[in-house]
Amino acid sequence: MKDAMTQAASNPMYHPASAPDFVPAPLLRKLQLDRLQAIVAHAYERVELFRQRLQSNALSPSDIQSLADLAKLPFTTKTDLRDTYPFGLFASSLKDIVRVHASSGTTGKPIVVAYTKDDVAVWTSVMVRSLATCGLHEGDIIQNAYGYGLFTGGLGAHYGAEGIGATVIPMSGGNTDRQIMVMKDFGVTAICCTPTYFLHLIDRASQLGVDLKSLPLRAGVFGAEPWTQSMRKHIESATNVAAYDIYGLSEIIGPGVAIECPCHNGLHIFEDHFYPEIIDPETGKVLPDGQEGELVLTTLSKWAMPMIRYRTRDITTLLPGSCPCGRSLRRMRRIGRRSDDMLIIRGVNVYPSQIEAVLLEVEGILPHYMIILTREHGLDQIEVQVEVTAQVFSDRVGTLEALSDKIMDTIERVVGIRIKVTLVEPQTIARSEGKAKRVIDKRG
Amino acid sequence: MKIQQLSIFAENKPGHIAGPCRLLAEKGVDIRALALADTQKFGILRLIVSDPAKATKLLEAAGFVVKATEVLAIAVADQPGGLAQVLGALEGTAVNIEYMYAFPFGHEGKAVLIFRFDDSDGAIKILQAKGVPVLAGDVILKG
Repeated sequence: MKDAMTQAASNPMYHPASAPDFVPAPLLRKLQLDRLQAIVAHAYERVELFRQRLQSNALSPSDIQSLADLAKLPFTTKTDLRDTYPFGLFASSLKDIVRVHASSGTTGKPIVVAYTKDDVAVWTSVMVRSLATCGLHEGDIIQNAYGYGLFTGGLGAHYGAEGIGATVIPMSGGNTDRQIMVMKDFGVTAICCTPTYFLHLIDRASQLGVDLKSLPLRAGVFGAEPWTQSMRKHIESATNVAAYDIYGLSEIIGPGVAIECPCHNGLHIFEDHFYPEIIDPETGKVLPDGQEGELVLTTLSKWAMPMIRYRTRDITTLLPGSCPCGRSLRRMRRIGRRSDDMLIIRGVNVYPSQIEAVLLEVEGILPHYMIILTREHGLDQIEVQVEVTAQVFSDRVGTLEALSDKIMDTIERVVGIRIKVTLVEPQTIARSEGKAKRVIDKRG
Repeated sequence: MKIQQLSIFAENKPGHIAGPCRLLAEKGVDIRALALADTQKFGILRLIVSDPAKATKLLEAAGFVVKATEVLAIAVADQPGGLAQVLGALEGTAVNIEYMYAFPFGHEGKAVLIFRFDDSDGAIKILQAKGVPVLAGDVILKG
């Protein structure tokens, strides 16, 4: 252990907060098993749904004798969170819960998640370790352009940035011109936001005549949506920013589940708190490292709302072999796609089924529709084209305008973002044989 | 007295009005009057045709969404104050004009306007009581 730590400390990128990243693997496995046994016992005792599922499979917490035994336990899915809305999966009493967050679900109801004081401390620690991995430390000026509020991005990054001792500018999302002014005038050295928003900032800065390369900005922590190698190349050629991919989801904790290291070859999962498995999404069978499948995560130290074998729907691979950075934490390949149809638009989760439900609700019958995703000035745009049907058509302009406004307003209420709605002529949306194609993704 | 007007939804794009017009021409349906309401996003083509039932069948078979609504054709003296007189007859009543447009062919030396009221029957009663001529459907459709 001492050797590994000495070696790590000699790394110029090493930050004291990163010590747990370098714990030798055997010790890490022991820690994971201890924590797993404790959290499974806690969930069994406090969460009715989990207890019933174990009992109906003739299982009990004492069946967890090794990390491999985790595979015996049933999965938890997003549907479970929806069915138990709002507090049904809480494993602590409300007096111990200091925070809730929420994200959009597949129906009108959001997914609610909770934190005890200790959970917030764990969250802060993994965010501190994330930012440390990106080379940030005391003295950095971090502009946090993730949205503050029910979304976990804003407060997650905020606590991490404060925790590492940096100066935080809590900008939240939007107001691009002001973001650029602050970035320039305050000498911002790092930014946290969605990658598409940063592309938008790059475009806008160039329109305003602000040369981002002349600023001290040197690191970007980009997450809340999948992004690509070509986006990284664009960011790194237009700015001096080293772009880091951060991964997380509200159900597990928020941002800070995994982070890219300076080797930029996969994201290290903070395995001491989040135990990863890769499964075949069809059969549910656990796959060995190196094989692609769906990421399943178990929270090892989250007490308010433990998630045991939560199916993330994100498709990835646990990379075999060790990373040159020396971290013992396993890496996952960056997320490129999902095993369900969830779309991530400007960091907001959108399901085609939500849009379909709105159309059905507003029009009374389901019209043919198509969801079209594009990227303009680096920002994701989403448009819903809806064929006009005889049931809703009117000779009055006002009636049709009111219809498209109502669809737009209802989608905003359900999904949380404003979506462009265009009425189109009948028979203009392509019919497909078999499964209807409802989404056209034109984002590069 | 009431005349059937057909409305068709059209996207605000080049060439989107030509389709229905060509279809009706090929099948010998005469377009007697036409008005296009357009917004930034879409348009509504309103037609008065010689044979509304046949036109509806043709258009629907071709995949258009067609809506039939009742409108009135009102003869207006073709001189200053002609229209004001008609509008004056409706002033102070509960009848509301949704929209109106000109009929290209006059009738017996008078101009003809097509009115879409929210309440056609109410409008007919008021106009007739005040001596404003509401034209019969045949006059407009057959010419």
